[in-house]
Amino acid sequence: MRLAGWLGGLALLCAGAMFAGLAGAIDASPPLPDPQLQHRYYELTHELRCMQCQSEALADSSVSLAADLRLQVRELLLAGQSDDQIRDHMVARYGEFILFRPRMTWRNAWLWAAPVLLMGVGLVVGWRVVRGRARLTDSDESGANGEGLDP
Amino acid sequence: MNRFVLPLAAFALLLVVLLVGLKRAPEKNNLPSPLIGKSAPQFTLPNLFDNTRPLSSEALKGHWSLVNVWGTWCVECRAEHAALLQIKQQARVPIIGIDWKDQDEDALAWLAQLGNPYERVGTDHDGRVAIDWGVYGAPESFLISPAGTVVYKHIGAMTPQVWERDFLPRISATLGRPESPATPASAPVGTGSGA
Repeated sequence: MRLAGWLGGLALLCAGAMFAGLAGAIDASPPLPDPQLQHRYYELTHELRCMQCQSEALADSSVSLAADLRLQVRELLLAGQSDDQIRDHMVARYGEFILFRPRMTWRNAWLWAAPVLLMGVGLVVGWRVVRGRARLTDSDESGANGEGLDP
Repeated sequence: MNRFVLPLAAFALLLVVLLVGLKRAPEKNNLPSPLIGKSAPQFTLPNLFDNTRPLSSEALKGHWSLVNVWGTWCVECRAEHAALLQIKQQARVPIIGIDWKDQDEDALAWLAQLGNPYERVGTDHDGRVAIDWGVYGAPESFLISPAGTVVYKHIGAMTPQVWERDFLPRISATLGRPESPATPASAPVGTGSGA
């Protein structure tokens, strides 16, 4: 019983150590001098896509292109560029696809509008169905009342 | 009867949307380059063959050229090499190589072994130029117009089929008839301005 507990703890420790190693291995670059810059670096490298391994962010990818792009983000930050300027820099080279959060443009506006439009359609349809049912029960009741009163 | 029309229409519409999506699924990985229609990114790179004469984007001006991004570490590049040699043989368009994140010795050995389809090769050791060109997976091939505009981009191995289907028509549309090499006055596409 005791042994099992010990072993369990040991296994947990090992697992923790393993994942800590993994987490550190990918982006091994030293933190930026200014904590605020470091925060922006963190945010940007998590919202830019690794183009080679398309479902990973730059920060999570071990591909060498991702490392090159992280380096470029870092340099642009140090050069005093704003987040939007850095995003533009990447989009100019790799296209909108590099942004995990696509921006709204006229080409994809319909996509952004779709939920609202569908919601509107749903509301209209729902409203009409409910109104239809209400009229049905109304007429039923008046009919029943009428029959009840008649004799 | 009437109450089925709308749901059926909606279903048909959904079917069309999904079918189009399914049909176009293989293109999913060929991301359109934002560089198409813009002028080719400026660069200056060390020349693989001649240290004293760097390769700059000026070398792309004045004639059609094929810019090919490759590396000796890239398996697909080996696969496309024969196609590049063949394109060079047709000698219509000079091929400019960008050797991406590679060792010079490896690149020279590779070209010595497999043959050299390139008119010039720039060595992009740290990968900065490749990033400016929006390269994310070698091999990639760009068609550059005489004005220095990026006209077309192919991602993946070049093949004779791709060359004839996607590249040649774009060149011949402006060159007139490329099939008549008997007019020496307008012939030299490649070696126009040896900057």
